[in-house]
Amino acid sequence: MISSAVYLAEWKGNMTDYNKILEISPFSLERSHKHELMSKRLVELSKHHYNNCQEYQRILDVLGYDLDKISSYYDLPMIPVKLFKNMELKSISDDAVVKTMTSSGTTGQSVSKIYLDRNTAAYQQKTLVKIMNQLIGNARLPMIILDCPSVVRNRAMFSARGAGILGFSIFASDTIYALDDNMKLNTEGLLSFIEKHKGKNIFMFGFTYMIWQHFYKELMAAEVKIDLSEAVLVHGGGWKKLMQEAQSPEQFKLALQDVCGIRRVHDYYGMVEQTGCIYIECEYGHLHASIFSDVITRRTRDFSPCDFGERGIIQVVSMIPESYPGHSLLTEDEGYILGEDDCPCGRKGKYFNVTGRVKKAEVRGCSDTYEQR
Amino acid sequence: MNNLEKYNQVFMETLDVEVDQLQDLKYQDIDNWDSVGHMSLVAAIEDTFGIMMDTDDIIDFSSYQIGKEIIKKYQVEL
Repeated sequence: MISSAVYLAEWKGNMTDYNKILEISPFSLERSHKHELMSKRLVELSKHHYNNCQEYQRILDVLGYDLDKISSYYDLPMIPVKLFKNMELKSISDDAVVKTMTSSGTTGQSVSKIYLDRNTAAYQQKTLVKIMNQLIGNARLPMIILDCPSVVRNRAMFSARGAGILGFSIFASDTIYALDDNMKLNTEGLLSFIEKHKGKNIFMFGFTYMIWQHFYKELMAAEVKIDLSEAVLVHGGGWKKLMQEAQSPEQFKLALQDVCGIRRVHDYYGMVEQTGCIYIECEYGHLHASIFSDVITRRTRDFSPCDFGERGIIQVVSMIPESYPGHSLLTEDEGYILGEDDCPCGRKGKYFNVTGRVKKAEVRGCSDTYEQR
Repeated sequence: MNNLEKYNQVFMETLDVEVDQLQDLKYQDIDNWDSVGHMSLVAAIEDTFGIMMDTDDIIDFSSYQIGKEIIKKYQVEL
């Protein structure tokens, strides 16, 4: 196994190389090693964006940050995700942009715009592959996409949903969309797909609420039984709507197992602003940070880091973004860290729970305080 | 049709390009070779040659020329 120490020695006085970081096993670094690697890379990225993105530079100057004095990534400035809705934040020239990713937040019509160049786009995809390989292995699998085909058809403007599906499609050897464009379950297609790939692991991917609404409920209503007991499902997108239907993650899992026999169901946490660095739920129900990124929970009153178990606003840091200053972000989500390096599943790094969105008033409060600091 | 002709054909059909565009063609150079087009291209190449590429090779498949080197790894002689 490659350790971070080798590269840190190699990079002494030089820049880090993300392609080398990708060679380190995603859940292998203990706290001190991860801290050292992340601090070097993230301080570097901050300086890079300071020098290449005028708006970022202005923000840091106003806030009075001196990047030369920062040695831990815990002390780096964080950009509220909301800023990507109000400003065009990028550290590359317009003609280096190869892809613009957008997300519509859950409220309002404004969309975040994330600008990617070739390198950052490739890093995102490679990172996703490294993290996912831990879960589903290296082989590409038959894949059931629990969504409708039209979601990736509008290629001019990529929604977070389309980008998610496309990003995960790289793990597919053969794909089928479980829903048609009227959001009806394609039962016959599914049955023949499952028959065709009998005896193989099947990979399933979709968004939590879509799965509940258009897969689970329709399967419940249908007369057919499908057998997905050998499949692994990865789903994301948040629980807000399911909570409104009074469904807990545990109930979601049990309901799915009941209707199609699936036992391996993994939620993930991630956002379009840091695509690639997803946090996957382990066999014990905990979300895990890989070595490529980290979560820090912050107290509302002074943004100091929370203790384990203490709920706070989630900050996410990622070693990927070179084309836009999104390497350290204050999200609008709340959660708590459960522990670090000692999850019974064996993965190193922090493990945590997300409890939901920060209440509106608090969000405003925190970004206001933030800008005036 | 030999393998090189088949390889060219897949590009021309999937990405809607002419043969004289191929030599310098890179991922994201043209609208049709975006991330959606990329997955279609990969699927078409795999079907044509009966191979299955590793995920890393799908990501690294970033130009017409690099693609040739990659599929050689799968015993496709061009």
